[in-house]
Formats: sequence, structure tokens, C-alpha cells
Amino acid sequence: MRSLLYVLTALSVFGLAFWAYRENYATQQVLSDTQRLQRDIGAAQVRLSVLRAEWAYLNRPDRLAELADINFSRLGLLPLRPDQFGRVDEVSFPQPEEILLPITNAVDVSTMEEQQP
Amino acid sequence: MIRTPLRPLARILPARENGENPQAIERENIRQRHEEMQIRARARAEGRLLVMAVAFLCAFAVVGGRMALMATSEPVEPLANATGTAIAAQRADIVDREGRILATNFETHSLYAQPPQMIDPVAAAKGLAKIFPDLDEKRLLEDFTGKRKFLWIRRKISPEQKQAVHDLGDPGLLFGPREMRLYPNGKLAAHVLGGASFGKEGVSAAEVIGVAGVEKQFDAYLRDPANGADPLQLSLDLTIQAATERVLAGGMKLMNAKGATSVLMDVHTGEVISVVSLPSFDPNDRPHAPVEGDPSDSPLFNRSVQGVYELGSTFKIFTAAQAVDLGLVNSDTIIDIRGPLRWGKFRIKDYKNYGNELSVTKIIVKSSNIGTARLAQQIGTKRQKQFLAALGMFDPTPFEIFEAAAGQPLLPKNWSELSTMTISYGHGLSTSPMHLAAGYATIANGGHYVSPTILKQDGPQYGPRVLSDSAAAAARVMLRKVVTEGTASFGEVPGYAVGGKTGSADKPKPRGGYYKDRLISTFATMFPAHDPKYVLIVTLDEPSIYSMGETRRTAGWTAVPIAAELIGRVAPLLGLRPEVEPGQLAGITLTSN
Repeated sequence: MRSLLYVLTALSVFGLAFWAYRENYATQQVLSDTQRLQRDIGAAQVRLSVLRAEWAYLNRPDRLAELADINFSRLGLLPLRPDQFGRVDEVSFPQPEEILLPITNAVDVSTMEEQQP
Repeated sequence: MIRTPLRPLARILPARENGENPQAIERENIRQRHEEMQIRARARAEGRLLVMAVAFLCAFAVVGGRMALMATSEPVEPLANATGTAIAAQRADIVDREGRILATNFETHSLYAQPPQMIDPVAAAKGLAKIFPDLDEKRLLEDFTGKRKFLWIRRKISPEQKQAVHDLGDPGLLFGPREMRLYPNGKLAAHVLGGASFGKEGVSAAEVIGVAGVEKQFDAYLRDPANGADPLQLSLDLTIQAATERVLAGGMKLMNAKGATSVLMDVHTGEVISVVSLPSFDPNDRPHAPVEGDPSDSPLFNRSVQGVYELGSTFKIFTAAQAVDLGLVNSDTIIDIRGPLRWGKFRIKDYKNYGNELSVTKIIVKSSNIGTARLAQQIGTKRQKQFLAALGMFDPTPFEIFEAAAGQPLLPKNWSELSTMTISYGHGLSTSPMHLAAGYATIANGGHYVSPTILKQDGPQYGPRVLSDSAAAAARVMLRKVVTEGTASFGEVPGYAVGGKTGSADKPKPRGGYYKDRLISTFATMFPAHDPKYVLIVTLDEPSIYSMGETRRTAGWTAVPIAAELIGRVAPLLGLRPEVEPGQLAGITLTSN
């Protein structure tokens, strides 16, 4: 009985040791994954902030005004003036599209005769 | 172990025969047995103590060893529970009210040299001088071949320059990462943003510190790593700020002015939508502060908060509003304006003779100094001081940029009755345009003081009541009439019912006295006058324009047209639709009989 107990204890110690060994390596794996991910996130954030800065730089009002001037012949952009405000009732109501009756009982006609001399 | 019997027969029997007490033998044996037991127990206890001592020793050794290990190792962020995005090592961004970037950070590199590691200092110096034309090759060579172990070459370099230096291939030229502050909009809102520079510098990092404007005012907030992800949101509007700067710069050129400033402020919240001071600078490359000459000539000088000048007749409306508020007069009360008004040696004169008497409204419309001084006499020194203090005219504005604290208004040392009279029309009290904007906002919003702020607010931020609603309304009607029939007739913008007051004050000489031909021309306006939403102050420094056969310097000819152009340009951007001003209801007089 006692020897059985010893054997079982020894086996459970083996089992636990193996489990701890595996957990240890799994944890290290997860930690290195996390580290890599965080490095990636950091790099992405830096890239994002550079892109945002670039976007802001390209959209700076001075440049947009210059572009509007350069492309005036094509776009005709001008600063917003008070007289450009409109009211909804100044917009003409869209004309209803003409309803065409469906063509039924079509008759074939030919203009061949007229074209002949 | 052989157990000794307590009463061994071999000893008991002879003892009995000899007549001795056999009990003695038994006791002797018991004693011996106890002695043995004691020795055994002691040995066991000693053994246990030893085990305990070893166990404690081990435990203390482990704790001590761990402490030593932790003390000597490099600190490492715990990997498992790092939150990642919540903490950013960068200085927080600054954005406008719509979230558009005004200031952000940029990764770049610094270049430094360690001469002992250099292989070919001559070639390195030659190469560097080629890449950076402003570096002196001789000087570099001296540094590289001298005793120096370390020297900075450049604080910030571009990626192209970095690659070029890299291609030199000298191991003694090294790069350190640098985070630099970038203002993508260039000169836009330069005085508000201020600028940043490096504080403590190391090879692997440098501290970015704000040196002026909001960057300095909110330095602690911007530097806090916990705020890295939420930017500082200002009340400025990028588009409107850009439009204002453009129009004002054009106007300043047209009017041959030395400087110009404008403040556009929401009258209910106190938010400053745009604030411009010209000439301006690029915060990316902030110039050095001047060491000599007049500080107001430097582009760093922020006229909107530091430019403390007498703002002239724009103050008259405060006198009139207070007189109405106190019930001393109403807007139609007739005041005697025969001049000149003598006070001791001093004479108060009008710009020209407006006759013998005018109503209070007409005094404002014609801008009569004598009439305003008469009103101030009725108000009295004490009440005038209280009123101006309540409008915040005695302290620097609470506007949250670093320079605002320097805008201390200049008060007369001895506030005599004469001071009361001159201050009533804006002479003798020097304030900044920002002060004036706050004062006009009080009239515009119905009598509440609002403190100008650069931070975005939600909803109205009314301070204590300074004026009654009816007095503020009466003052607004007067201001509207200044534009429709008075000195600011160029200020009319169809659809926006501009109301405002002009002010032209002679500039003080640095050694006392006033210049005859140098003016500060101010136009303080609110629009739309029947329900004001915004206050706009335009101030020109030394304008002069030749028009209609003579040189004009007064505000009506200089600041007013610019303000009108500004309102026409900016009001649509603010989302204000031009509207027809509600007319005055025809007075119905009850008659009987």
C-alpha cells in the first residue's frame, strides 16, 4: 500500500514538473508575442503620426489657397461670400419626368421607296 | 537499546540482605533514566533549531538575493500587463476646435560625433561640410582631431541628410533619435502656439519644452505621458484663422501700417475663434528674442495681449452704457457739449465742433469727447473704477497663453476727477485689444462678463452681471448707429448689421508726450448688432493712407474698412447667414381726448 503511494507521488511530481515546464515555455512564447505586437503597435503609431502630420502639412490653408489659385480656370474656386447663402425655397422644384406611354402594336414602316431615285 | 529495569533483582536481593533500602536503588535508576531522556530531548531540540536556522537563512538569502538582483538590474516594463496605447511617450498634440492639427510631433535624428572612434577625421569633416553648407570644415577638423571626446553637430537632421551622413561611413559619426515639434501650418496662429525647443538633452532622447504661447502655458499638461493620446483642443478655428490672417495682412499692407492685430471672440462662451498679431513668425523656426530696441518691433511681440495702448474712443460706449445702467440718462437725454471743457490747466476738445448740445446716442455716434466727459462727471470716479474693474480692465487678461500675463493695463497713478473724464473717452488708461474684446462681449451678450479663453468650451460661460440687460441693449443700438450714421460708415456689411465704435489714439513717445502723426486706430465691433454672436476688434499700428486728397490715419478710414472686409469674409465661414435686420417698431403714442 505504502509503496503504491510512493509510486503515485513520484508520478504526480513528474506530471507536475512536466506541466510547469510546458507552462513556462508557453508563457515565454506569449510574452515574446506580446512584445512583438507592442513593437508593431508602436511602429504603427509612429507611422500614423507621421502620416497625420503629413496630411496636416498638405492640407495647410496656404497651400490649399495656392492650389485653388493655380487651378482657378478648371475649378473656379473663390472664397465663400455672404451672397452665396441660399434658401431652400429658392431652389426650383425638379420637373417631373415625362411619362412615355408604352409602345404597343408597332407597325413596321420602311422609307426605302423614298430613298430610291 | 538495553532497557535497565528499575528494580533489578540482582541488586535488590543483596541490598535487602544488607538491610539497605531497595527504594534507593529504584530512585537511582529512575534518575539515571530521566537523565538519559533529557539528553535525548536536548539533542532533538538542538537538531530542530538547526533546521529552523537553516530554513530562515535560506529564506533571508533568497529575499536578499532577489533584492540585490532587482537593485542592480535595468528596469524593464512588465510585459504581461503593459497597456500599450494608454501611455504614449510623446508630447500631446494641439488641435483646433474641429480637431485639425496645429502642432504635432515628428521623429527625426540628431547627429553627434565621437572623435576617438573616428577613422578618417579629414574625410569626415570634408563630407560633413559638403552635406551641411553652413558648417565650417576647418573648425570641424579642429574639433575632430583635438581633445574632445564628444560633440553635437546637428540637433535635427532630415532623413536625406541622415542617409548622406550614413554614406560617409565613419564610425565616429553617430545618430540619436529625436522627437521634434512640428507646426504643419507654418506661420498660422504663431503667437498662440508659441514654439518649443529642447530642454535637457541626452544621446538617446531629448526633452521637448514649450517656450511661449500655449506650449508654455500648458507645458505640464502636454508633457504628461498620460495625456499623450488626448490632444489639447483650442477654441481657434483653422479656416477662420487663416482667412483672418490673409485679410488682415492685406489690409495692413494697404494701410501702410507697422503692425496689425485682430481678435474674434464668441460673446457667450468667451472662446477666441481667431487671434492674429502681425507681423508674425514661423514657430517651426522661432526667431530669437530681440536684445535691444523696442520689443514691439519684433515679430515675437503679440499685439493682441501685450500691445497695451490707449485705445481711444472705443471706451466711450462703456461710459454711455454705465450712465444708462445707473439711470442717470437714457439714450435720448440731451447733454450740453459746449467746449472746450476746462479742468484746471487741461482742456478737453472735440475733433470738430458738434454744436451746443447732443443726445447721448449722438455723442457716441459723433464721438464727442466733451459729451462723454460730462457723462463721466455724472457717474463719478468711484463708480467708474468699479465698473471698469468689473470689466477686467485693471488686470492682465485671463487668456491662457504665456504672454497674456505680461499685458498689465497701465492705470493712472492718481485717479483724479480729470483722469475719470479722460478715461471716459479712452485716454489715460492703456489696455490690450483682448481687454477691449472682453468689454465689448459684455455689452454684446446682455451684460455678463465673459473671460476670453483659448480652450474650447461647451455652452455659455457667463460671469457675474456687470450691466443690466436694457442698458446693454441701449448700448448696442448706439453702436449700430455709429455704423449706419456715424464715424464708421465704411463698416457696413450688408446682411450682418455691424455695430461698433471707432477709436484713434495718438501713440505715446517712449520719453513722454505723444506723437502727432502716429496713431493706434481701433475698430471694436459686434455682429449682428440686434443679436450679437461675435465681437471683432481690429487694431492698426501707425496706419496712414492717402485718400480723397489728404493723408488719413483715423480709424474710420483705416481700421473700419478692414474690419468690414473681415466680417464679410469670416461671417459666412462662421455659419452666419446674412439676414434682414429687424426694423424699429414705429412708436405708438397713446393720445386721448
